[in-house]
Amino acid sequence: MDLATFLVQCLNSVQYGLLLFLLSSGLTLIFGIMGVINLAHGSFYMIGAYMAFALAPYLGQHFITMLLVGVVLAVVLGYLLEWAFFSFLYERDHLQQVLMTFGLILVFEELRAILVGNDVHGVQPPEWLAGSFSLLGMMSYPWYRVFATVVCLIVAAAMYWMVNRTRLGMMVRAGASNRDMVRGLGIDIKRLYRIVFAMGVALAALAGMIAAPMASVYPNMGSSVLIICFVVVVIGGIGSITGALVASLLVGFVDTFGKVFFQELSGMSVYLLMAIILVWRPEGLMGKRS
Amino acid sequence: MTKTVWKLNSLKGALTLATLAALSGPVLAQEKIKVGFMLPASGTFAALGVAIENGFRMYVGEQGGKLAGREIEYFKVDDESDPARATDNVNRLIKRDKVDVIVGTVHSGVAMAMARAAKESNTILIVPNAGADAVTGPMCGPTIFRSSFSNWQTAYPMGVVAAKQENKKNAMTITWKYAAGEEAVAGFKEGFEKNGGKVHKQLTLPFPNVEFQALLTEIAAAKPDAVFAFFAGAGAVKFVKDYHAAGLSKTIPLYGPGFLTDGTLDAQGEAAQGMLTTLHYADELGTERDKVFRTNYAKSYKLMPDVYAVQGYDAAQMLAVGLKAAGGDVSKKDVFRAAVEKATIASPRGDFTLSKAHNPVQDIYLRKVEGKENKKLGVAVKGLADPARGCKL
Repeated sequence: MDLATFLVQCLNSVQYGLLLFLLSSGLTLIFGIMGVINLAHGSFYMIGAYMAFALAPYLGQHFITMLLVGVVLAVVLGYLLEWAFFSFLYERDHLQQVLMTFGLILVFEELRAILVGNDVHGVQPPEWLAGSFSLLGMMSYPWYRVFATVVCLIVAAAMYWMVNRTRLGMMVRAGASNRDMVRGLGIDIKRLYRIVFAMGVALAALAGMIAAPMASVYPNMGSSVLIICFVVVVIGGIGSITGALVASLLVGFVDTFGKVFFQELSGMSVYLLMAIILVWRPEGLMGKRS
Repeated sequence: MTKTVWKLNSLKGALTLATLAALSGPVLAQEKIKVGFMLPASGTFAALGVAIENGFRMYVGEQGGKLAGREIEYFKVDDESDPARATDNVNRLIKRDKVDVIVGTVHSGVAMAMARAAKESNTILIVPNAGADAVTGPMCGPTIFRSSFSNWQTAYPMGVVAAKQENKKNAMTITWKYAAGEEAVAGFKEGFEKNGGKVHKQLTLPFPNVEFQALLTEIAAAKPDAVFAFFAGAGAVKFVKDYHAAGLSKTIPLYGPGFLTDGTLDAQGEAAQGMLTTLHYADELGTERDKVFRTNYAKSYKLMPDVYAVQGYDAAQMLAVGLKAAGGDVSKKDVFRAAVEKATIASPRGDFTLSKAHNPVQDIYLRKVEGKENKKLGVAVKGLADPARGCKL
C-alpha cells in the first residue's frame, strides 16, 4: 500500500468512526448513563434515515435546514417516547428492558412497512455536495463524505463541550456514577433523564439522516448497526462519552484496515478488538473501575 | 358377543373395500393436484415471492385453472428466508399437507434444504429462483427441476463479454463472502480468463455489510480495466451508488449479473446509467411471446412483470408439461421426468430446454441500463448450459 492509499484509508476510517460516534454516543447516554438497555436505538437511526427520505423532496437542497428540522422532530419523538415508555423502565430489571425495547423495534418496523413499504430508497445528496474531488492524485473523494465528516466533528465537539463544561453535562456525569447522589442533591432526575433521552434519540436520528445519502434507506437498517454500537459502548467504557469517541475511531480504523488487509477475518476484526480490549481492561477503555 | 363384533367388522371391511374399489378410479382423477408454495412472504425477499406466485398463478389461470384436466389446489408456507427453519417448513408441505409438487424458493440456503427433503421423499420440486450451483450440481435429483438459472450461468457470459467485446485485460471482483457471490465471481472469472483476461484481485466483505468505502479505495489504487460485482437488494443499491460517488464509474466500468440492477434502478438513479449486466431476461425483449406475457401480467396484477414473475410462470409451464404426459397422475414420476427433460418451454424469456441436470439451457442477454429499464443490447452467450459439476443423473 502506498502512502496516498494509506492516507485515503485513514480518512475513510475517521469518517466511518465519527458516524459511529454519533450513533453510539446516543446509546452511551441512554445505556451507559440511564442504565436502560435500549435495543431500539438502531430503530432511531432507521427513523432518521427515513426522515431524510421523506424530507428530501422539500428540503433536499437546503440540507442543513433539513438536518435541523430532523433533529427537532427527533427530539420531540424522543421526549414522547420517554414519557410514554422509557420512564417506566429505569427501575425495571434488564430482562424487562430488553423485552420492551425489542417490542418497540417490531412496532417501528411494522409502522415503517405500513407507511413507506419494504422497498429500498435512495436519497440524493444536495447539488452543492454532489460531486467529488481528486484526492492525492489517486481517487476522487465524494464531497458529501467530507461534509458528513465535518458535521460529525462539530457534533462531537459540541458533545464534548456539553458533557465536560456545562451544568447539564455535570449532572449527566454525576448521574452516570451515582444516581442516588444526584437525586439526593435535589436535582429533578426525571426531567434530566427526559432531556438526555431526547438527545440520544436526536443523535441517532441525525446519524441516520447523514448516512441516508451514503448508505441508502432500507428496512432493517437499524438492526445491522445496533450490534456495532453496543461494541463501541463496551469498548469505550459504559457511560463515558470520551470513551465512546475513542472507541468509535478505533473501531473505524480496525474495520477499515481489517477489510483491506485481513479479508478472511474482516467479519470479526472488530469483535477481536473488543475481546482483546476487554481482556486487558474489563471495564472498557475509559470505564470507571468498580 | 365376540363373534358378532367380528362379523360386523368384517362386514364393514367388505363394504369399505367395495366402495374403495368402485370409487378409486374416478375419485383419484377428480382429486385436485396439490401445489405447495414455499416462498418468502416476509422480509427482504417478500416482493420476489409475490412475483413468483403471481407468475405461476397467471399461467394456471390461462389454462382455465386446470393442468392436464385437473384442478390445482394451493398450499402456502412462508420460507422465512431462513435456512435453519427450512427443513421444518418444507416438511409441513410434504408431511402435513401431502402436496404433490413443491414450488420454491428465492434464498439459496433454503432451496438446498428443500432439495434434500424433496429427494428423500421423492417429491417433485421446481425451484423458481435460487441460483445455488449445487441445486443442479451435487444436489441434483430425478424429481428436482429449476426454472430459473444457476449463479455461474448468469455471470460467466459477463466475463466473455468483458474480455472479447469490451476488450478488458485485467479485472477485479467484489462480492459478499457467501455462496451466491462466490459462485457468480467464479463464473465471471472462468468466462473472462478463458477469453484472455486476468482477474488479479478478488475482494470480499462479510454478508450483509454495506460499508464499501475502504474496498473502493483499494480499487481506485489498483486501477483495473474493469470491476465485476455481485450484490443484490439493498447492498446492490448502495454499492452502485458508492461506486459512482467515488468517481470510479467514469474511469473503470462496473459489470455484474443482472441482479445488480434488477428491481433496484429506482433507488440507484443516475449512478446505474449505462451499466452493462448479463441475465436471462431483460425489460424489452421485443418478442411476441414476451409482449403478450407482459400485457397480461400488467392487466392481472397492475404491476410490471420482472424476471421473478417469468420464472414463476415457467415453473407452472414445466409442471403442466410433466402432468400432461403423466395423464395427470403425479405418481408416474418417470413419465413426468422424461417429458420435462424432452420439452421445449415457450418462456417469455425465449424458448428453453433443460440440461441433463434439470437447469434451463438458455440465452443469456447482455443488457444496458437506460433510464429505469434494463434494455437488451443483444445475446451475450447463446443457449448456455450450466456445467452442472458434481451432478450424477
